[in-house]
Amino acid sequence: MDDLAALKHATEAALAAASDLRAWDAVRVGVLGKNGSLTGLLKALGQVPAEQRRERGAAVNRLRDELADLVEARRAALEAAALEARLAAERADVTLPPPAIPAGSIHPISRTIEEMTAIFGAMGFTVGEGPDIETDWHNFSALNIPGHHPARADHDTFYLPGTRDGRPLVLRTHTSNVQIITLLTQEPPFRVIAPGRTYRADHDATHSPMFHQCEGIVVDRDITLAHLKGCLVDFLRAYFAQPDLKVRFRASYFPFTEPSMEVDIGWNRRTGEIGAGGDWLEILGSGMVHPRVLANCGLDPREWQGFAFGMGVERVAMLKHGIADLRPFYESDLRWLRHYGFSALAPAMLHEGL
Amino acid sequence: MKFTLSWLRSHLDTDAPLERLTDTLSAIGLEVEAVENRAAALAPFRIAEVIEAVQHPNADRLRACRVDIGEGAPISVVCGAPNARSGMKAVFAPPGSFIPGTGITLKAGEIRGVVSAGMLLSAREMGLGEDHSGIVDLPAEAPVGTPYARWAGLDDPVIEIAVTPNRGDALGVRGVARDLAAAGMGRLKPWAAPAVPGRYPSPIAWRTEWPEACPYVLGRAVRGVRNGPSPRWLAERLTAIGLRPISALVDITNFFTIDLGRPLHVFDIGKLDGQALVMRRGAGEVFRGLHGRDVTVTAEDCVIADAAGVQSLAGIVGGEATGCDDGTTDVFIECALFDPVRIGLTGRRLQIASDARARFERGIDAALMPAALEAATRMVLDHCGGDASDVVAAGAAPDRRRSARLRFARLGGFGGAEMPAAEAVAILERLGFAVEERTETEVRVAVPSWRNDVAGAPALDPAPGLDPERAERAVAGTAAIEPECDLIEEVLRIRGLDAIAPVSLPRAAPVPAATLTPAQGRAALARRTLAARGLAECVSFSFLARDTAALFGATPDALRLLNPIASDLDQLRPTPLASLALAARGNAARGFADAALFEIGPGFESDDLAGQRAIAAGLRTGMTPRHWRAAARPVEWVDAKDDALALLAALGVPAESLTSTREAPDFYHPGRSGVLRQGPKTVLARFGELHPRLAGTLDLPAACAFELFLDAIPEPKRRRRTALDLSPFQPLRRDFAFLVAASVSAEAVLRAARGAERGAIAGVALFDVYEGEKLPPGQKSLAIEVTFQPRERTFTDAEIEALAAKVIAAVTKATGATLRG
Repeated sequence: MDDLAALKHATEAALAAASDLRAWDAVRVGVLGKNGSLTGLLKALGQVPAEQRRERGAAVNRLRDELADLVEARRAALEAAALEARLAAERADVTLPPPAIPAGSIHPISRTIEEMTAIFGAMGFTVGEGPDIETDWHNFSALNIPGHHPARADHDTFYLPGTRDGRPLVLRTHTSNVQIITLLTQEPPFRVIAPGRTYRADHDATHSPMFHQCEGIVVDRDITLAHLKGCLVDFLRAYFAQPDLKVRFRASYFPFTEPSMEVDIGWNRRTGEIGAGGDWLEILGSGMVHPRVLANCGLDPREWQGFAFGMGVERVAMLKHGIADLRPFYESDLRWLRHYGFSALAPAMLHEGL
Repeated sequence: MKFTLSWLRSHLDTDAPLERLTDTLSAIGLEVEAVENRAAALAPFRIAEVIEAVQHPNADRLRACRVDIGEGAPISVVCGAPNARSGMKAVFAPPGSFIPGTGITLKAGEIRGVVSAGMLLSAREMGLGEDHSGIVDLPAEAPVGTPYARWAGLDDPVIEIAVTPNRGDALGVRGVARDLAAAGMGRLKPWAAPAVPGRYPSPIAWRTEWPEACPYVLGRAVRGVRNGPSPRWLAERLTAIGLRPISALVDITNFFTIDLGRPLHVFDIGKLDGQALVMRRGAGEVFRGLHGRDVTVTAEDCVIADAAGVQSLAGIVGGEATGCDDGTTDVFIECALFDPVRIGLTGRRLQIASDARARFERGIDAALMPAALEAATRMVLDHCGGDASDVVAAGAAPDRRRSARLRFARLGGFGGAEMPAAEAVAILERLGFAVEERTETEVRVAVPSWRNDVAGAPALDPAPGLDPERAERAVAGTAAIEPECDLIEEVLRIRGLDAIAPVSLPRAAPVPAATLTPAQGRAALARRTLAARGLAECVSFSFLARDTAALFGATPDALRLLNPIASDLDQLRPTPLASLALAARGNAARGFADAALFEIGPGFESDDLAGQRAIAAGLRTGMTPRHWRAAARPVEWVDAKDDALALLAALGVPAESLTSTREAPDFYHPGRSGVLRQGPKTVLARFGELHPRLAGTLDLPAACAFELFLDAIPEPKRRRRTALDLSPFQPLRRDFAFLVAASVSAEAVLRAARGAERGAIAGVALFDVYEGEKLPPGQKSLAIEVTFQPRERTFTDAEIEALAAKVIAAVTKATGATLRG
């Protein structure tokens, strides 16, 4: 049996000497391979006399298991060492920056319109649209602003040379044309807001020849001025995220509403903070839809009534986000767009909070 | 409209403090724009007596004064004014006071060895005019020690309100007082003008040749007047509200314009030719107006002419030639009613803004004309003396009687206000409405003559093409409802709109339906998609310079503004890309040449409704970002195509449904641009590098762009998704490299491969393009990976070979390709 002990010793020594997997494999093949020394012992069992065969067989098989374990253990040790060595070599400067993927942004005007849409949408409004190039009938006459009306001169209208349906064309001075389009094309009751581009021939620090307005109109049988107030108070408190925002209504005049009113919110004139301080800031115009506007669009004002309102998109955006100057809204300065822009992946959604 | 508090109090009996009055004005629709308290800046200044003024011992031009300021010992003041003299009354500023005219806070000091513990002020130093010839020289009776502002009547706040176009009556102090009284701010004082009997027939008569423009006019002469400066109270009132006192006669007309909202004019009879003044159309004449400019009148303008010609632009501005001056002795007072529309049109066309025009175009109180003329005559007699003639007239006082009905239930049903009927009636009565008939449920009132905005003639401009029956019912409805709306407005504004409790809108549906239409939703999604791809959203003007617009498409005259605000903002843009190019240029000039911008907005092809297109445009300029792992490179056409395809995919247009063709407009690079079509007709987008010449003209760095026509995108079909059918067998991928003519498009190769065996080919992707010296000239190599998907069982080797052969055959047939060995 000494030959078995000798083989075990020899194998142990050879495995210990094998410093890499290749040398280890040579040892494995030399012992356990087809022509390996242990395989030879197993093959030779047939020549062992029958009375010794049982004992010899058991011993060789036991040695085979022992050697297999030794070989496997060495492999594992060598692999672990190889991995250690590899890991020791693989060292990155993890302070290196990953590739910068330039971030895009949503313009504050779009964001503000989205927020308005979300809030009014929750109140059952849909969004209406109309053309930027509009007839003077849609922009003025239908809204009870006849040609001689002083309000027409106040609007600083841009004119175009052409006509449509025989009426001169203008760039719309407000999105109120959508009120008319809605009244003409939809059967009441309806609730519609109309955010969009508007144009007036006026250019200074606080006026831009193009700006955005969001108009709204609600027409039903029993809509009263109390609903107008409720709707606008609800909107302003949601938009400025101030459940107790002070809102004040003052009598005013617009040709297309009666009674008409300006709406003020509480603010601090010195700090510009909305809702704080004892000052008032004019924020939008509103009123009950003038009977003539309904009638011009074929609705009987004895049957239908409602309210309308309009506000400047840039204005409320500036107030909410503390943007001081109007002109950069349209100048596309990347630095401004990045600073005041909004993430594409955080759209205005009521359930996530505006 | 400006007035002083004391002027208001001459019509309003009130003890309400200023702030309540101004808050109320704003609440009831007469918005306060400013309250100027001139006394505030003058508060430290008091009247003083110069006891002694002697030559300064060390300065030729200075005087050393001893000044009595009404308390304590006399004060030493050094003064440089030439008029400083012993015994005069002047205005003293103590140390520490802020001098408005110089912007300096005064300090006590010593001037060349003489103590100066204060300052004697000029008018300019007090901010009260330009006079700086010397210190203010007050009359001897000015009381020493009294604050100067109080003595001078400057402690009278000036209130400025914005009067809306409907409220002609509020362009008179009395109208403002009436509104305040109605709102509970006191009592409207009675006003009456006792008649001044005429003592002789007027030497001037009225004639109207154009009664539509001037339905009614009154006038009378006053003979033997002495014109000169106005009395102090009148001059001060006018000065306070920013009107320059001119002479008593002129100031009196201005007084009535402001006080009653009743513009008047006085002609110097000595300068008139003939015995009649005629209201007629202009005929191209030119006359010099009192505003100092020549006015050319047309047949659309109402003028007042004498025998010599046009002397006045009716209701807007009088003429210089017949105006009053210090030598005037005989005057003719004009008190007329003009058509508001004509006044407005003439005033706007001639661009003359006057106090008279503002009132006539909003409508004046026609019933007040006789009384106003009497009051004006009385004031002329009082201050200028003279003798009044009989009143002459032309035309007739118009019958403007109107009544309106208010159903009390409508205060709540329309106005949302719950209030007692009696309160509503009381408000109307305080505003001058007279109750004609009242029942349990409604009241009918007579509208006061000064409220031209209530129950006026209904003016409708119905939409063309309305159903006639419907239109008729709407017209009748307006006639029935509008006067009531006018009354509701009056009641609510005077009662205060804050008194109406807000009511949230009733829910239209338990859960609101979608707020946006599918097309609007696509625009929102496009915006998010592009921003998520790293582009910054811009919002630019829809108009730009015509020559810039022309670089990006047609510039029809129909899209050129008639009255642009600037020459570089005169043409509606053909595409938002034009605006983006300018924006990129601006950013490059600021040092940011590598930009990625987009805009979703209109582009204009014509002034038709269909000529406005909703376009999502994007522009990348400069280089891709530098990074240590990958070199930066200039942006190129494929970046723009990538943006366009990604956007289309986000909007539900699969890339497989699109074909790319080379038909982009000529502001793109002719070889590196294309359009994306769906079907043979619909162009959904175009993309490419900008034409190098265009980039050069606009000073742009390397630039690639796309434009996507949002309104051309088809409504996606709302279909249920098919059940997912997953094969249990692994797909098999094979690469093929084809040698094709350089002109063959990659799309042709891909399409042919994709169609080779539809049931088995799950995907085809191009992974390599090679053109170069290893290939014959005019040839290129396109390498594609084809994915075969077994369904029933794994493919046998023979089946795989057969499929590969089909791919090769299909590509070869379609493109003339050969398989590269």
